[in-house]
Amino acid sequence: MPEEKKNLSTRRDFLKTSGVAAGALIGGGLIGGLVGYNVNDNKSATTPKGTSPSDHTQHANAGFQFFKNNRDFEVLSNATERIFPKDDLGPGAIELGVPYFIDRQLAGQYGSNSKEYMHGPFAVGAPTQGYQSRLTRADVFKQGIEKLEEEANKRFDNGFSSIEPEQMDEILTAFSKDEVKMSGTTAAFFFRMLRSATLEGAYSDPMYSGNNNMDGWRMKGFPGHQMSYIAVIEKEEFQKIEPKSLGSM
Amino acid sequence: MATTLPKVDVVVVGLGWTGGIIAAECAKAGLKVLGLERGEARNTEDYLKVHDEYRYAVRYELMQNLSKETITIRNNRKMPALPMRQLSSFLLGEGLGGSGTHWNGHSWRFLPYDFQIKTMTDEKYGPNKLSKDYLLQDWGVTYDELEPYFYKYEQTLGISGEDTNPFWGKRSQPFPTPPMKKTPILKKFESATQKLGYNPFMLPSANLSEPYTNPDGAAINSCQYCGFCERFGCEYGAKSSPEITVIPTAEKTKNFEMRFRSNVVEVIKNGNKVSGVKYLDTLSGEEFIQEAEVVVLSSYVMNNAKLLMVSNIGEQYNPDTGRGTLGKNYCYQILPGATGYFDEQMNTFMGAGALGMTIDDFNGDNFDHSDLNFIHGGSISITQTGSRPIETNPIPRDTPTWGAEFKKNSIHNFTRTLGIGTQGASMPHKENFLSLDSTYKDAYGLPLLQMTYNFTEQDRALHKYITEVTQNIMKEMGAKTVEGKNPITDYDIVGYQTTHNTGGTIMGASPDNSVVNTYLQHWDAENLFVVGAGNFPHNGGYNPTGTVGALAYKSAEGIIKYSKSGGSLV
Repeated sequence: MPEEKKNLSTRRDFLKTSGVAAGALIGGGLIGGLVGYNVNDNKSATTPKGTSPSDHTQHANAGFQFFKNNRDFEVLSNATERIFPKDDLGPGAIELGVPYFIDRQLAGQYGSNSKEYMHGPFAVGAPTQGYQSRLTRADVFKQGIEKLEEEANKRFDNGFSSIEPEQMDEILTAFSKDEVKMSGTTAAFFFRMLRSATLEGAYSDPMYSGNNNMDGWRMKGFPGHQMSYIAVIEKEEFQKIEPKSLGSM
Repeated sequence: MATTLPKVDVVVVGLGWTGGIIAAECAKAGLKVLGLERGEARNTEDYLKVHDEYRYAVRYELMQNLSKETITIRNNRKMPALPMRQLSSFLLGEGLGGSGTHWNGHSWRFLPYDFQIKTMTDEKYGPNKLSKDYLLQDWGVTYDELEPYFYKYEQTLGISGEDTNPFWGKRSQPFPTPPMKKTPILKKFESATQKLGYNPFMLPSANLSEPYTNPDGAAINSCQYCGFCERFGCEYGAKSSPEITVIPTAEKTKNFEMRFRSNVVEVIKNGNKVSGVKYLDTLSGEEFIQEAEVVVLSSYVMNNAKLLMVSNIGEQYNPDTGRGTLGKNYCYQILPGATGYFDEQMNTFMGAGALGMTIDDFNGDNFDHSDLNFIHGGSISITQTGSRPIETNPIPRDTPTWGAEFKKNSIHNFTRTLGIGTQGASMPHKENFLSLDSTYKDAYGLPLLQMTYNFTEQDRALHKYITEVTQNIMKEMGAKTVEGKNPITDYDIVGYQTTHNTGGTIMGASPDNSVVNTYLQHWDAENLFVVGAGNFPHNGGYNPTGTVGALAYKSAEGIIKYSKSGGSLV
C-alpha cells in the first residue's frame, strides 16, 4: 500500500495528506462560519417561518427535478409537514426543506430503484417477503400524491392543500391503515415510504437539500459530522456540540 | 466464446476477510495468487467523506447492487419463493474488503461448546433434548485445535480486549491491544450486571484502542470514537479491514494480482478436481476462463453456496430424504434484547462499532438448560456504536409513529435511550436450507439462490428467555421505562436484523454430513476450498467474523500443504 496511508495517525493528518480542506481545519472548532455548507442557510436560520406552511420562498435551491406542478409539490409538502410538524422545538418538514429533498431523491437512483431487483414475474407475496411491487418509488409517490388529493376532494370537497390540518391527519391516518385503494401498491406502503423519506430529509446532511441550516440535527442534539470524540467520550456530562456538515470539512 | 487465461497457483473468488487472509498466506508462501472481485477497489482515501448516514447507512452505498443479483426467499416449502427486491434484513457486501469494510468490528472466538455441540448436549441432557428435526452436529474440530488460528487472526487485526471472561475458551496469549475506553454508558451496564451476579467484560474489538503494527507489518490506527462504523468504511484506518491489512500484505509479496469487476459465474469441474473458474468482465461483458491449480471460494455465504450449485459440485440437500449436504443447515441469528428510556441525557451519538461490554452468563451451555425447552443462548451486550438521527427515533410503544407527539418523543429520547442486545445462537433445522430458484435469474442468466427459512420453536423459546434477562439488566441500570423485544413469530425479511447468515456449505468430519472437511477442502474436489461462515454447522452466540477468520487461517495452511503434496488433507 502507498506509504502515506500507513502513517495516518489522525484524521487531521489524513486531511492534510489528501490536500482537502486543510485550511478550514486550522481553526479547530469551526462552526459553520468558515464554509457555507448550504446556500439555503442564511435565510431560514435567522427568520423562522410564520404561518404559511406552504411558503417555500426562502429556499434558494427552489426548482423541481422531479415534480412538474406546484399543486403536487404542495400536497407532498403539507403531508410531510403533518408527519414532522413545526413546534416549539424547532422547524417542521417544510422549513427544513424536506419536500425539496424528496424531489431530488425521486429524480435519482432512489426514485428509479436502480440498485434493486425489479425483474418479474411480480406476485403479491406474503408480508414477510417484503416489497414485491412492479412500481418504482417514483411511481408510488406520484400515485400516492394523486390519491391524497383525490381523497381530500372526496371527503372534504377541497384540494389536500386547502383543507384543515386535522383533516389532513384524518386522510394520512386512513393511508397508514391501508384504507385507501391504490393500484400496484398499497396506501400503507406509500405512507411508510413517505414517513421514512420525511425523516431522511429532516436528518440527512444538508447537501441533500433537507435539514436546512442543520436545524434537524440541532433539535435532536446530534452534532453531525465530527472528526473525533476521543477527548470527551469518557465524560459523564452530556456534551452539547454545535453540528457540522460534510460540506464544512 | 470465453478466452482462456494462463494458469495461476491459486484463484481466490471474492476479496473480503476470507479471500484476503488466504491470498496473504498463500502469497507469503510463494504461491502465485489471483484475486477475482466482482466489485471495485477501495481504500481509506475513499472514506474521507463517509460520515453520511443517508448515503451509507440508509441507501447502502457499500452494499451489493441487487439489480444484478439477489436471492429469493420463502418461510417454508409450501410458499412460492419471491425475490428479495431491496436490502433490509441483512446487508450483502460487495467490493474490496467485502463486509470487512463496513462491519462493526466485534471479534469473538466461538465457545468450546460450539465446536462439539452435539456431543456435549447429548452427554449432559441426553439425545432427545431437541427433536430430530434439528440437525445438530459437531464441527470436526475442537476449540483447542483452532486456538492458534484464532490468535493468528487476532494478531493480524490487532484485536483490543481483556481476558477476564470466565466462560470463554482458554487463550494462549493476551489480546494484542488493551480494551477500548470504558464510557459512562458502559459503566452503567457493568455495575448493573455485577449487582445481578454476572460477569461483565469489555467486548473484543477490531476498532483499535491504540496504534498497532501487525506481524506482517501492516499498520492500524487508533479509534477516534466518531460514531460511524457499521455500514461505513473507516476514514482513519482504525477499524481493521482487509484493505488495510491482509490485502497490502499479499500485495507486498509481488505474488498477488487483483482483478476487479470480475464476476465468477462457474467453477469448472473435471472428474474429482476443478480446473479453474469462468468469469465475466462486468464492464465489457467478455467471458474468461481462469485456470488454476487451486480454486478458493471466498465470497459471502450466499454466493459460495450458489457457485457450487450452479456448477453442479456436490449433492443438493433434500429435506424430504435428508440426503445431500449442499445448502443444508442454513442458520441465522436470534436477537433478544431490551430498550430502556432514561431521564438523563447521555452521549449516545458518540461511539465505535465494537465499543461495548458483554456478559456470557447466558451463552452456550454456561447456564443449566435442564428445565428449559431450548439449548444454547447468546452473548448479551451493551454497545455504544454511535446513534444517528435518521435511523434512531426511539419512542415507547404507545407513542404515535408520526406527527407532533412522535416528533417530540423521538427528539427527547434520542439522547436518553439505551439498548441491550443479544447475539443469540441459531440451531439448524431440517426445513431451513438453501437451494437454487427455478423462476428468477440474475443479470448473467444464472438462477438466483433460494432461501427457505423460518424461526423454530427453539429460536422462539431462546428469544423469550433471554429477552427477560435483558429487561432485568435494563431495570437495574436505572431506566424509567423498559421494553423487551416483541416475541418472534415468522422470519420477516423487512427490517434490519443481522448480517450473520451461516451454513449451506458446512464443514465436518465426514462427507456424509458436510460439504467440506476441516481444512474447508471440498469432499468431492480436492483442489477446491470453500471458506466463510457458510462452513458453520450452526450459528453460535457471537458475531461470526472471529471464527470465520480462524477457519480461514487453518484453510490457508491446508492450501499451502496441498499445493506441495496434493491429495486429501484429512
